[in-house]
Amino acid sequence: MTVTTTATGPAASPPAAPLPLVEQFQYGLDAPICLTWELTYACNLACVHCLSSSGRRDPRELSTAECKAVVDELERMQVFYVNIGGGEPTVRPDFWELVDYATAHHVGVKFSTNGVKISPAVARRLAASDYVDVQISLDGATAEVNDAVRGEGSHATALRAMRNLADAGMRGFKISVVITRQNASQLDDFKAIADRFGAQLRLTRLRPSGRGADVWETLHPTAGQQRQLYDWLVAHGEQVLTGDSFFHLAAYGDALPGLNLCGAGRVVCLIDPVGDVYACPFAIHDNFLAGSVRSPGGFAGVWRESELFADLRRPQTGGACQSCSAYDSCRGGCMAAKFFTGLPLDGPDPECVKGHGEAALSAVRGAAAPRPSGDHSHRTRPVPVTIGSRPPQEAAAGAGGRRPPDRACDESPLTGFDPGGR
Amino acid sequence: MSTDANAGGARAGFDLDRPWQLHPRVSVRPERFGALLYHFGTRRLSFLKSPTLLAVVSSLDDEPSARAACVAAGVTAGELPAYSAALATLAGSQLICERTSQLQGAAR
Repeated sequence: MTVTTTATGPAASPPAAPLPLVEQFQYGLDAPICLTWELTYACNLACVHCLSSSGRRDPRELSTAECKAVVDELERMQVFYVNIGGGEPTVRPDFWELVDYATAHHVGVKFSTNGVKISPAVARRLAASDYVDVQISLDGATAEVNDAVRGEGSHATALRAMRNLADAGMRGFKISVVITRQNASQLDDFKAIADRFGAQLRLTRLRPSGRGADVWETLHPTAGQQRQLYDWLVAHGEQVLTGDSFFHLAAYGDALPGLNLCGAGRVVCLIDPVGDVYACPFAIHDNFLAGSVRSPGGFAGVWRESELFADLRRPQTGGACQSCSAYDSCRGGCMAAKFFTGLPLDGPDPECVKGHGEAALSAVRGAAAPRPSGDHSHRTRPVPVTIGSRPPQEAAAGAGGRRPPDRACDESPLTGFDPGGR
Repeated sequence: MSTDANAGGARAGFDLDRPWQLHPRVSVRPERFGALLYHFGTRRLSFLKSPTLLAVVSSLDDEPSARAACVAAGVTAGELPAYSAALATLAGSQLICERTSQLQGAAR
């Protein structure tokens, strides 16, 4: 959740002191505060760390009418806004229609884009809307660092979009950066770019989700970089957003601004392009699948009745972390980061600032970590087809025969890129 | 941060006796602990940490003054300074604004 928060109550203690907000949120709300909605798995890029393994459109994608029905539900539930992503959401032909529909129905929209469709005309339109916010993804302050992860030319595309937005008078749009080992030293440069365009910087955590699972070991920041990042974030306070993604760093001492807890299934969730509801955007795996908006109860039914979500809203014990002095600050860290690195969910985060993650990782090294459930990458791996008929030549090759692997991808943005060696 | 040590607890600039209203771009969602407030202009999420404060905020539009809204919500004279301070915080975050001069309130 990308929010800056203010809690307001009477200065004197209320008659019956309620639980602290973090405790309230631990047990879940009747509706999410906001949610991530990935409108499509289609993407013009093939970022090596894509959390949703995006690339190709899923033929089962929600139709325009189905998307509007979801918006209607979100309006009834008073979900304040949706973080629309993908894939590259703007490549959906009905993208602007859906944005207009959401805002007309009192559901605010913040969308993430690589900037490919942010022309001067689109930028003017965005600048004129009060209810739409834009997040441009940029994972390197320089083209060299960015393009190694996001693909050739993607830095230029992002900067062109920022220039168009700034020229159109859009102020305070977000520049969203996933912190990696390669860009962790560029924090001041990112801030300078944001300042130059009148934008706000947003830094988020690299998760081993989607294709990120394949590159996490070489891209995730070192322990020293994490410490520098924490100090930098503390120094910049609310000027820099974090999507509350670095709450595991709270174990260093002071909590960072925002909600320092995992909101998965409690106050946030993910709706994926085919309408599946997951606990969080970084947990696209059957273990975190709560249901589908296509089920009879719709999204509200999933949010309120899913057994998985009920489970996530129960008090957590802390498991192996229980005796740690920092547990109250970090609460064991990120569920998805643990899961996709093969760590137990009731133990330390792989990037635990007390160093417990490294020990836990060496204990499971060599064992197979769970794989993300879906892969929509541009022809990098065989894709299990679950719906629809097979192409005739394949059907002729024999029923029950597995689809052969596609040829090895020779267009990988990682080709020739060695970020410090494995 | 105000350095004004106002004995009444209210910040300078907040007048309990004026008519106030919820900012037109703020959405309120009641919750068991109070309420969630979202400002579509500043894109900030806020929390009201008491149902009584929610009752005050909800009745601002219908009451002639913030003081009257507090009384209507059952706020006692002794509690008034605390609620006045809470309302001042809300005004500072543009979550509520003066009803008679809405544009000025929004622009602050």
